[in-house]
Amino acid sequence: MELELRGITKRFPGVVANDDVNLRVRGGEVLALVGENGAGKSTLMNVLYGLYKADEGEILIDGVPQHFTSPRDAIAAGIGMVHQHFMLVPVFTVAENVVMGVEPTAFGGIKLDIATARAQVRSISEQYGMHLDPDAKIEDLPVGLQQRVEIIKVLFRDAEIVVFDEPTAVLTPQEIEDFFVIVETLKADGKGIVFITHKLREALRIADRIEVLRRGKTVGEADPTTVKDTELAEMMVGRPVDLVVAKEVREPGPTVLDVRDLTVREPGGRALVDHVSFQVHAGEIVGIAGVQGNGQTELVDALVGLRRIAEGRVALQGTDITEADPRDMHRHGVAHIPEDRQREGIVKDFDVTENLALTAYYTAPLSSGVSIDWGSAREEAARLVDQFDIRTPSVTTPVGTLSGGNQQKVIVARELSRELKLAIACQPTRGIDVGSIEYIHERIVALRDAGVAVLVVSTELDEVMALADRVLVMYRGTIVADLQRASTDHNEVGLYMAGAKESAA
Amino acid sequence: MSISESPAPDQTPIETTATTTATADASNAPGGMTFEERRHARNLGISYVVLAGVTALFLTRHEGTATFNLDGGRSFGLPAQGLGWFVAAALAVTAGIQLWRGYGKYTNVVLAMASILVFMSFLSWAAAGRSFSFIGMLASAVTFSTPLIFGACAGIMCERSGVVNIAIEGLLLSGAFTSALVGSIAASWPGLGDSSGFWVGVLAAMIASALLAWLLAWLAIRFKVDQVIVGFFINFFVLGLTSFLSSRVLTENPDYNDTPTLGAWKIPLLERIPILGQILFQQTVFVYSAMLLVVVFTWFLFRSKWGLRTRAVGEHPRAADTLGINVLRLRYRNVILAGAIAGFGGSWWTATIGRFNENITNGRGFIALAVVIVGRWHPVGAISAALLFGLFDSVADKLSLLNTGLPSEFIKMTPYLMTIVVVAGFVGRSRGPKAAGQPYESQ
Repeated sequence: MELELRGITKRFPGVVANDDVNLRVRGGEVLALVGENGAGKSTLMNVLYGLYKADEGEILIDGVPQHFTSPRDAIAAGIGMVHQHFMLVPVFTVAENVVMGVEPTAFGGIKLDIATARAQVRSISEQYGMHLDPDAKIEDLPVGLQQRVEIIKVLFRDAEIVVFDEPTAVLTPQEIEDFFVIVETLKADGKGIVFITHKLREALRIADRIEVLRRGKTVGEADPTTVKDTELAEMMVGRPVDLVVAKEVREPGPTVLDVRDLTVREPGGRALVDHVSFQVHAGEIVGIAGVQGNGQTELVDALVGLRRIAEGRVALQGTDITEADPRDMHRHGVAHIPEDRQREGIVKDFDVTENLALTAYYTAPLSSGVSIDWGSAREEAARLVDQFDIRTPSVTTPVGTLSGGNQQKVIVARELSRELKLAIACQPTRGIDVGSIEYIHERIVALRDAGVAVLVVSTELDEVMALADRVLVMYRGTIVADLQRASTDHNEVGLYMAGAKESAA
Repeated sequence: MSISESPAPDQTPIETTATTTATADASNAPGGMTFEERRHARNLGISYVVLAGVTALFLTRHEGTATFNLDGGRSFGLPAQGLGWFVAAALAVTAGIQLWRGYGKYTNVVLAMASILVFMSFLSWAAAGRSFSFIGMLASAVTFSTPLIFGACAGIMCERSGVVNIAIEGLLLSGAFTSALVGSIAASWPGLGDSSGFWVGVLAAMIASALLAWLLAWLAIRFKVDQVIVGFFINFFVLGLTSFLSSRVLTENPDYNDTPTLGAWKIPLLERIPILGQILFQQTVFVYSAMLLVVVFTWFLFRSKWGLRTRAVGEHPRAADTLGINVLRLRYRNVILAGAIAGFGGSWWTATIGRFNENITNGRGFIALAVVIVGRWHPVGAISAALLFGLFDSVADKLSLLNTGLPSEFIKMTPYLMTIVVVAGFVGRSRGPKAAGQPYESQ
C-alpha cells in the first residue's frame, strides 16, 4: 500500500499550520517526519487521521483520493495511529482495549465474546514478539507495554500504514531499543511506518527516509545513511545549530543544598520519594535523570515547599528549610522553574508585566506595602524583556498568546533575575523551539559559572547529559546512581533509569 | 450470573491492613499501618465509644419486653433494658480492642455486627412492652428500596457513560405524576380494564421521564451546560410543574387521580419459604422488576458490547472516540434509557398508593444518588445499598406507629440523617467513572 499526501494546507485563525505539504510512504519502509515543536507535524497527522479537514490538498491511497471525515474513515482505509498520549482505558484489560469499537460478539451481536478477543490479541502479540497478557489491566502495565497495546490496537484493525506520534518520549532508553525491534518487525511484514519525532538521533537510527518539516512546510528530504545530524538540525531550524552546550570544567564550591533522607508520601502512605539524600554545591549543575513518574516531580515539589515532607531534612547553606513554604524559599534565594509551564509557571491571561511580577509584587520596589506600583513594574518588565530576549509585542501582551519558548523565557526571567543561591529547573526546555533551548541552556550554565548551585530535572536524557556536571538517576522514588558526568555515558545512565542496574549510590 | 469486574478496585482498608501487618512485626502492628489507616482505625474506635455511650444513656431507659413477631404466629422477645446494657458493654469492649490493636481483616465484619446489635437494641427500646412485626418491617424495607433501585440503576447508567445525572428525583417524580394521571384516564377508557389502564400509565411515565432525560442530555451534551445545574433545573422544573398540575387538574378532577393499586403477586412455592418467602416473594411486580433489572443490567454492563462501550465512554471518552465509537450518541441513548427506567421506578408510588400527591417522591431520587455512591457504581452494590436505605425508611415508618415519644419530625428525618452518616463513611473509598460530569468535545 502507498500513502500520499499532496499539497496539504491547513490554516487556523492567524496561522498556516501546514503549507502545501507533500509526503509519501510505501509499505515496507520507515519514513521519519522530523521538525521542531510547532512545525506542524501534529496538525498534519490529525489531517491524515480525519480529525481535521484540510483546506487544500488531498490524501491518496494507492493513487485513489480519500475523504476522511473521522478517525473511523482513516481506520477503515488502513491507517492506524499510535498517539503520543495513549488512548487506553486504564481500568480495562488489554483485550478489552484492543477490541473496543470492533468487538467480536456472540448472541446476535449483543454479548461481548471476550474469549475470542483474548485469543486474537494473543495471536497478534506473539506474531510480532510483543509478549502481552491479554488479561492484564492497563493501569498495572509499564508505559513500554502500554505502547505495545496501542500498536496491537492498530494491527487488530488491519492497518497497513502505522503512524507513531513521538513514540519514544515516554520510554526508557532500553524500551526504545525494544520499540525499534518491533518497528523492524512491522516493516518486514510490509507495513508502512511514519515516525514523527524531534529527536534526530532516533530518526537517523530507524528511518529509511527522513522528511523535514519547518514552519508548516516540507523543506526537504534526507537520506539517513549520508546526512549528518548537524545538517539535519540546520534543515529543521533554518540556521546552523550548536548541538553541544559549551561549558568549561569548574571546581564545585561549598555545599549549598543538603538533602538528607527526604521522604514524601502519597495520602495512602506509599512513599513516592523514599529516603533520598544528596548535595548540590555552589557552581555545580546536578542533573536528575529518570523516566517520568519515578518521583522527580514529588521530590522537587517537596524541595520548593509545595508538598509536605514526611521524613528527612533539607538544609540550604546550613539553614534548615524543611518546613519552608514557597515564599520562604523565594526569600532564601531559591529559583524554581516548574515542569508544567502552563499550569504552574505562568498565568496565561495575565500580561507579561504581571507574570514577571508574580514573585516580587509584594516587596519594594514593586510595592509600597499597600498598593502595587505598576509603573515601575512595567519598567522592570521592559528591562527583563530586553535582557532575556523575550519576543513579545509589548509588556502588556497576555502571556498566553506568546509561543511556548517565549512563555518559558518569561518564567526564566522572573526566576533567575535576582540574587540566587540555588536554582531548580524542571523540564526547562520541554516543548520549545531550538533557539529558546540554546538560550535557556546558556543561561543555566552562566548561572553555574556565577557560583549558583543548580539542580536540573529532566526526563530528556540528552538534556541532563548536556548540562550536568554530576548525574543522579531516580528510579521508583530512590536515587539509584550518583555519577560524575565526565566518567559516564548515555548507556550507563539508561540502564539505571530502567532499573536494570543495581545501586551504586 | 457472575461478576468478574469490580467497579471500584481501590484497596479497602481491610486489605491494606492485612498486607501491611503481614510484613510488619506482629508486636508493633499499628506502627506498620500507614497514617491514613491508623487514623481510620482510631476514628472507628472513637465511634464505638460514642455508640456505647449513647446506647447506655438512652436505650436502657425503657423497661419491659419487646415482642418481635415473625411469620406463622411465631415470635421472639427481647428485654429492652437488659439488651441495652448488654449492647453498651459489648460496644465498650469492641471499642477497647479496636483502639488497642484493631481487628485486621475482620474490621468490617465487626462493624456490621456492632451495627446490627445497636439496631436491635434500638428496636427493643422503641417497642418495649409492645409487639412489633419484625418480618413486616423487613418486607416493607424491600418495598421501600424498590424506587431507590430503579433510581440508582438510572444513575449508574448515566454516570457509567460519563453524564452526572442529579435529576433522578425529577425523573422519578415525573414518572409518578404521569403514571397516576394517564393511568387514571386510561383505566376509565371503555375496553381497557383497571390493570391494562395502569400499565398504559406506566408506559406513559417511561416516555415522559425519557423525554425529560433527553432534555438533560441535550443541554448537557450538546450545549455542555454544567450537568449539576441542568439536573437542578430539571428537579425544580418537575417539582413546580407537577405541583401546579396536581393542584389545578388533579384536585379539581379527582377521577384523574385514582388508579388501582397493584396487589402482591405471590410467587408459587417460593413464597412458602419460612421468613424469606414473606420478605421477598409476596411482593408486587415492581419489586420483582427491580431484581430482574439488576441482574439484566449487570450482565449488560459487564458482558455485552454495549456495556464495554458505555464504560469506555465514561472512563476515557477520547480513547473511545479515536476507535470510531460515537461518544455523544451513546451518551444520549443511555441517558434517555435511564430516564425511562426512572419513569418506571416513579410509577411505584402510583402502584403503591393509588394516587399522586405533591412532591410524593420526597427526596428519594437524592437518596438514590447516595445509593449509587455507596453501591460503588455497580448494580449489585446498588441493590445492597438500596435495601439498607429502604430499611431506614421502613423503620421510620414503623416508629411513627409505635408512639416512642420521639417527635414525629425527628422520625421523618432519620432516613436522610442515616444517608449522610453512611455516605460520609464511604467518602474517599468509592471511586466513580473518571469522565463523569465532563462534557466531551471531539477534536
